[in-house]
Amino acid sequence: MTAARQLAERHRFRWWELLPWIAGVAVFFAFPTYLSFGTQVLITILFALSLDLVLGYAGIVTLGHAAFFGAGAYTVGMLAQHLGWNEPLSGLLVAALVAGAIGLASGLVLLRTHGLTLLMLTLCTMTLLEQAANMGAAWTGGFDGMPGLSFTKILGLFSFDALYFRSQYLYVLAVLFICFVIVRMLIYSSFGQSLTGIRENLLRMHAVGAPVRARQVLAYTVSAALAGVAGALFTQANGYANLAVLGLERAAGVLIVLILGGYGRLYGAFVGAIAYMVLEHVLAKAYPTAWQLGLGLTLIAVALFARNGILGLGDALRRRFAESAR
Amino acid sequence: MLETKGLCRSFGALEVARDIDFRLERGARHALIGPNGAGKTTFVNLLTGVLPPSRGKVLLEGEDVTTLAQAKRVKRGIARTFQINQLFRGLSVLENVCIAVSERLGVSGSMLRPAGKRADAIEEASRLIGMLRLHTDAGRRIVELPYGRQRLVEIAIALGLNPRVLLLDEPAAGIPSAESHILLDAIATLPKDIAVLIIEHDMDLVFRFAERITVLVSGAIFAQGTPAEIAANAEVRAVYLGNAA
Repeated sequence: MTAARQLAERHRFRWWELLPWIAGVAVFFAFPTYLSFGTQVLITILFALSLDLVLGYAGIVTLGHAAFFGAGAYTVGMLAQHLGWNEPLSGLLVAALVAGAIGLASGLVLLRTHGLTLLMLTLCTMTLLEQAANMGAAWTGGFDGMPGLSFTKILGLFSFDALYFRSQYLYVLAVLFICFVIVRMLIYSSFGQSLTGIRENLLRMHAVGAPVRARQVLAYTVSAALAGVAGALFTQANGYANLAVLGLERAAGVLIVLILGGYGRLYGAFVGAIAYMVLEHVLAKAYPTAWQLGLGLTLIAVALFARNGILGLGDALRRRFAESAR
Repeated sequence: MLETKGLCRSFGALEVARDIDFRLERGARHALIGPNGAGKTTFVNLLTGVLPPSRGKVLLEGEDVTTLAQAKRVKRGIARTFQINQLFRGLSVLENVCIAVSERLGVSGSMLRPAGKRADAIEEASRLIGMLRLHTDAGRRIVELPYGRQRLVEIAIALGLNPRVLLLDEPAAGIPSAESHILLDAIATLPKDIAVLIIEHDMDLVFRFAERITVLVSGAIFAQGTPAEIAANAEVRAVYLGNAA
């Protein structure tokens, strides 16, 4: 196949891209008692997907992405708690708008910087929001957060299922699918191509006349909105929001998920979230007091031997087999 | 077409561009030569907006573009290549050129339409790749190419911007001498109204290419003239060319 044809057909759906969604639906029937865990995995996938857009595609290194997750989580929480706005879908939309607005405002300032300075400033932004949530107890519940939140039926049909998470699982899966389609469309678009260019070589992108910062800010804003949706889903599915949604642990966790799966690969978020959370779950069950040791050793192994994540390792093995077959 | 007036640039006490009055006419085939450290690349950086001048002006078609950002100068037709390759190393040759072409066509901001459906951008990028005889490498990633082939991709990207002024910073560096004619052939196919400024140490290429040569020494213009005049200039020979001329 010629390079031009390959490029022209790259955006087309491949049959195997259905597999994650078939698996997602299969889990609903095969593991009905694990749907709470499954819901958390799906939310983490969406959060990691939002991070992949900026880190993996636009090359923006951030350690404060939980700021947007938290903004979304607190938005739907405060709407439900104080304004009686319990309708889930419109809540998601408002959360996306709020998180996107914070992303736009912070991006306009932060993306003037690069490297370590940017890393620190994103961390500072998240810490500021965390402290604001801590201090604004009248609205946010402060240290205790907002427990016991309830939401109306999804589309007026499906109640949130506090015990088995059946509705939540399918609801989050559906939202993840929509968000995935949006991200997929973006990364295969001309805009996505230019983001990849920015990641690959900033100097060259300036030299081809690209409005680099405007593109970065736009990507950052869209990514923030998607992270806000993930945060909102967290609050709606679990019925609470607290400071943990805004913390460094969550920000670092999603970064690890993406690195583990392979960033800039679209499906890295899926593989990383499943691998990380299943591993965490299994290790915590088997070794309740030392499970983090196993997780740490796994991450060291990935950092040493699979620097492009699990998907990168798969690619490298495939290339090696192809070369040896020649 | 492109002109500088009293262009100066200092880094602290170090003057790297000193009062440069330079003119690149429409359709010019001009070479800028000088010993290492003469300020040639700095001069290109001043022309393209990578560096702001300390004093002086840059004029494009008579319009003052001194304060314009680099991206805006590109939109007005100033394109460049770099002394050291600046490519999208993880992407294929075709994608590298496509990014430049899409940017010029003004479609790079499109979030809805797949890049693969931009047949105009892909076709034009493919044509440029063919012109530089890179078609066999079109699908290969930059990291898989020898350095000399990468230099040709640099030029394809610059041509993809459809420039009115093309600034080539040591384009032949790293290209095997047997392949340097590809570069000259590509330049020969450019529309005659494009002004080309080439910075090059390969004197054979300079004298084959240039209709006019400027010699830069210590950030200032030392001599200007036709290749024959420069070759006959004893001072230039002493400062730079040595026995090569």
